Amino acid sequence: MSSYAQKQGVGAFLWDYLTTVDHKKIAHLYFIAGALFFVIGGLEAMMIRIQLMEPNNDFVSAGLFNEIITMHGTTMIFLAATPLLFAFMNAIVPLQIGARDVAFPFVNSLGFWLFLFGGIFLNLSWFLGGAPDAGWTSYASLSLESPGHGIDFYTLGLQISGFGTLMSGINFLVTIINMRAPGMTFMRMPLFTWTTFVASTLIVFAFTPLAVGLFFLTFDRLFGANFFDVAGGGNTIIYEHIFWIFGHPEVYILVLPAFGIFSEIFSTFSRKRLFGYSSMVFATVLIGFFGFMVWAHHMFTTGLGPIANAIFAVATMAIAVPTGIKIFNWLFTMWGGSVTFTTPMLYAVAFIPSFVMGGVTGVMQAAAPLDYQLHDSYFIVAHFHYVIVGGVVLALLAGTHFYWPKMFGTMLNEKLGKVTFWLFLIGFHLTFFIQHFLGLMGMPRRVFTFLPNQGWEAANLISTIGAFLMAVAVIILVINVIVTVVKNERVGNDPWEDGRTLEWAIASPPPYYNFKQTPLVRGLDPYWIEKMEGKKNLTPAEPLGDIHMPNSSFTPFMISLGLFIAAFGAMYQYDMKNDDVFANPAAIAVFIIGLAITFGSMMFRSAKDDHGYHIHKEELIDDLDKGGKA
Amino acid sequence: MHAEEKWTAETWPASPERQTLEAKNKFTGFWIFLGGETVLFATLFATYLALKDKVPSSDHMLAKDIFEMPLVFATTMILLTSSLTSVYAMYHMKNFQFKKMMLWLGITVVLGASFLALEIYEFNHYVHEFHHTFTSSAFASAFYTLTGFHGAHVAFGLCWILTLMIRNGKRGLDLYNAPKFYLASLYWHFIDVVWVFIFTVVYLMGMVG
Repeated sequence: MSSYAQKQGVGAFLWDYLTTVDHKKIAHLYFIAGALFFVIGGLEAMMIRIQLMEPNNDFVSAGLFNEIITMHGTTMIFLAATPLLFAFMNAIVPLQIGARDVAFPFVNSLGFWLFLFGGIFLNLSWFLGGAPDAGWTSYASLSLESPGHGIDFYTLGLQISGFGTLMSGINFLVTIINMRAPGMTFMRMPLFTWTTFVASTLIVFAFTPLAVGLFFLTFDRLFGANFFDVAGGGNTIIYEHIFWIFGHPEVYILVLPAFGIFSEIFSTFSRKRLFGYSSMVFATVLIGFFGFMVWAHHMFTTGLGPIANAIFAVATMAIAVPTGIKIFNWLFTMWGGSVTFTTPMLYAVAFIPSFVMGGVTGVMQAAAPLDYQLHDSYFIVAHFHYVIVGGVVLALLAGTHFYWPKMFGTMLNEKLGKVTFWLFLIGFHLTFFIQHFLGLMGMPRRVFTFLPNQGWEAANLISTIGAFLMAVAVIILVINVIVTVVKNERVGNDPWEDGRTLEWAIASPPPYYNFKQTPLVRGLDPYWIEKMEGKKNLTPAEPLGDIHMPNSSFTPFMISLGLFIAAFGAMYQYDMKNDDVFANPAAIAVFIIGLAITFGSMMFRSAKDDHGYHIHKEELIDDLDKGGKA
Repeated sequence: MHAEEKWTAETWPASPERQTLEAKNKFTGFWIFLGGETVLFATLFATYLALKDKVPSSDHMLAKDIFEMPLVFATTMILLTSSLTSVYAMYHMKNFQFKKMMLWLGITVVLGASFLALEIYEFNHYVHEFHHTFTSSAFASAFYTLTGFHGAHVAFGLCWILTLMIRNGKRGLDLYNAPKFYLASLYWHFIDVVWVFIFTVVYLMGMVG
């Protein structure tokens, strides 16, 4: 029955989260797991910067440095940024469209556990013979030669977590297509929902090529295949193509939801509807479309020839147009609004110049001849950190402050929040702005140290100081979180007081069934419309009735655990010394047991009917205060 | 409409696979999933075309040396026929004729299993006649991966349909299991479409060299 009723004791609490299919609790899980990996990735970043603080430093060895940069990139992209965005998508999107849950609550939970087990598998490499060390792109010629099982942790771990991401993508798509409340037409959907929709489409079409690329790499390394092995007739460029056919859309998978979060923040704290809403939607879809047309701009120096390079250069530059539309729309949203500079709004305002700089250097690199100079230099490092940190991470921090009350029912401290903001912003620009010049001066990326007297000392030191400022900022954010959790001052439905969309009309956090009555949506920003008409609640679209709810389930955990176990079997069946496939019978047994757990759990799920349960009308009437007031 | 409700041939609705919200969600979600699967196979096809006949030395067999029409034609016809029989099964599902649906699904499974058996025979043949193994060349790796992914899909589809048949064998049709049957058949059609492309791109184009 109702999972809220059994909230006693640590064991019951844990079991509740292990089996939950509630999108709000899965959002908590994504948030906590994503934050944990963010800290791990951040520590790796600090080690990189400490190593590069001065010339000829020996803080870490060259080999360990390779492992650290690889794991920093991989962790931040796959295990921190993506799940943190999924946390906000899970927490907010169903509420924004007036739904009681996602379309497939079971699959939602499965997606989380696959991601987590994949992430754990990848990070276990640190303890089991060394982490992957071929860069986050893991280009084939290099990764095929990598000794030890590091790269295998990479391919198998990302494979498992990629399955989870793919399922979540499908789930969000169906949720947005099928579960919208009456009146919530596509062109009335809040921008965060729109960007989630487009990003999910990209996931479906980008993570499948990644899965194939990872399979090829696994087959080459562990099963004796020859896809990328030139001696066997293979072709190493295929890996680059497949990786970037995934890798470029992945950038938009991250940054589009970030745009969505900022769009919500701009209109909320400017107390104005988003300027140019339909052009915003158009730009989002166009960016998603172009995202698949530009992958070869990562490969200008591979030697695809001038015609291919020219086509991809022009397509890349074209992306600046819809992005520019968005930038101007945000500026015009603030224009003439009554702007309040809350912490989320500070992040949003700072995002515009930071991200524009990342965009401008992006257009510079899109010019293929110039890219021959910039390729594999610190200029590239500066560029993508301006895009990912200046775009995605600022959005994650802004979203943490903005949506914290809706997810946890308390408010993060604004003063500490502003301290975090200024420290992080200054630290960020200090770290990465100067790296542009390091790149132009010729410092290559991915080097573990550099020689003195090349004019790089001061810039590298400044960059490291900036990284420490960012670390302090994150520590203050953690303190802020702890203080807020301990104080536990509960807030009402609309703690920012200017909420415009449906999620602000119900309690913080919402009751487990979300809306007592499905709301009727009468236009863009439906809650704002009701407020302007002097109403406190939403207009209901249906009489009070029984609510159908899904049952909790432990099966997603088991399905994911099975793949986690099987991955160890797949890895250790290979005898690296003698280059011998299926050399270890125990590992083969582990592989089979793992798959048996996974498929057995799937069959168990198939055999057991799960019709869910109903909350009865009478129970809902007693529940007056909770946000069911639709 | 409640999923557990009992039905007769008279009350059975049109499009039983899309009557409940859960079923509509599954229907939409599965089509999107097939979109992703299309990209997956597209990547495999692209890789195969890039690596076709790429072998380390001239003593390795090429596509035109190993493929033989009669065997491939037989497997193709068997799989295409199995798609047709699954259409019959869905026709009877829509008319609430449970036993006939089960019969045609059973025939589908038999045909699918024969396809798999022939494919295994075919691979075995290549390995022993031509030393064309998964590890022998890039061409072989790409060939076995593409056809193997398809074969694994066939095997998964067989297990899926069989599980559904066993689980629902005694209780007949309702709006809870009708969408499950429908999606399994959709999946089966998709596998068939992929095979049409494999037949054309791998075998026909392979035989002309």
